[in-house]
Amino acid sequence: MRKFVTEVLNEHEISEIEINMMVLAVDEVCANVIIHGLQSNPLESVRLDISFDQKGVWFDIVDKGDGFDIINYNEPKIEDLIKKKNKGGIGIMLVRKIMDEIQIKSTKEGNTLRLFKKIDHI
Amino acid sequence: MIDIKKEQENNYLLIHVEGEADASSAINLDNIIREAFDESHQNILIDCTNLNYISSAGLGVFMSYIEEISTNSVNFILFGLSEKVMKVFGILGLDQLLTIKKTKEEATALLNGV
Repeated sequence: MRKFVTEVLNEHEISEIEINMMVLAVDEVCANVIIHGLQSNPLESVRLDISFDQKGVWFDIVDKGDGFDIINYNEPKIEDLIKKKNKGGIGIMLVRKIMDEIQIKSTKEGNTLRLFKKIDHI
Repeated sequence: MIDIKKEQENNYLLIHVEGEADASSAINLDNIIREAFDESHQNILIDCTNLNYISSAGLGVFMSYIEEISTNSVNFILFGLSEKVMKVFGILGLDQLLTIKKTKEEATALLNGV
C-alpha cells in the first residue's frame, strides 16, 4: 500500500517530505480500518483509489467493515497519553494534522473515507 | 520490516533502528527499549540514521517512554533522523518532548556535558 501511494505520487511534482506525509496519513487510516473496522480479518480487504483534481489529491479508502466515524471522533490529549504511558491514540491525530479535508460516507455497500491534500504546483 | 541491534559503547547503550517502524514492527522496537529501561541503563542513544519510515505506532513507542525518561532521569537521545522522519516527529510536537540531535557526535557531547 505504501509503495503504491509513493509510486503514484512520485509521478507528480511533489517533494519527498510531502509524499511521506500523505503515505503516513493513508497508512494510518488503513491500519485503523483493518484493525478496528475489520478486526484484522485476513479474508477482508480495503480498496484505495487515488485521484487528482486542479487543487490536489484525493485518497478514497473503501471497506465493508463496521466503519469508524473519524470526523466526530473525540481525540485524546497528547499530554494525557504521555502521562498514562500510552503507545496508541495518535494515529487519527496525525491524519487530521496532515490532511486538509476528511469526508466519510457509509452506505449498504460499505464505508468510504475520503482524504484530501492540497498541492501547490499540480 | 525493522532491524534493531544494540551494543554497549563507552558509557552508553547504543540502539540502531533500521527500516520501518510501523503497526506491525513497532512491538520489536518497544521490546528492546523496554529491556534497556528494565536493565536500568542511564544513557541510551537511538541511532535513526537508517530509519526510513515511522508511523503512529513507532512514534507511540517513543511517546510512551517520555514519562519514564523524566522520572528516572535517563539520558535518552535520538540522532541521525532523516528530514522526512524528523517532520513526522514534529507533527504532534514530539520533537520538543524528546531529545533529538543531528549526529552521534552531538548526542555523545550532550551526554558527556561537553
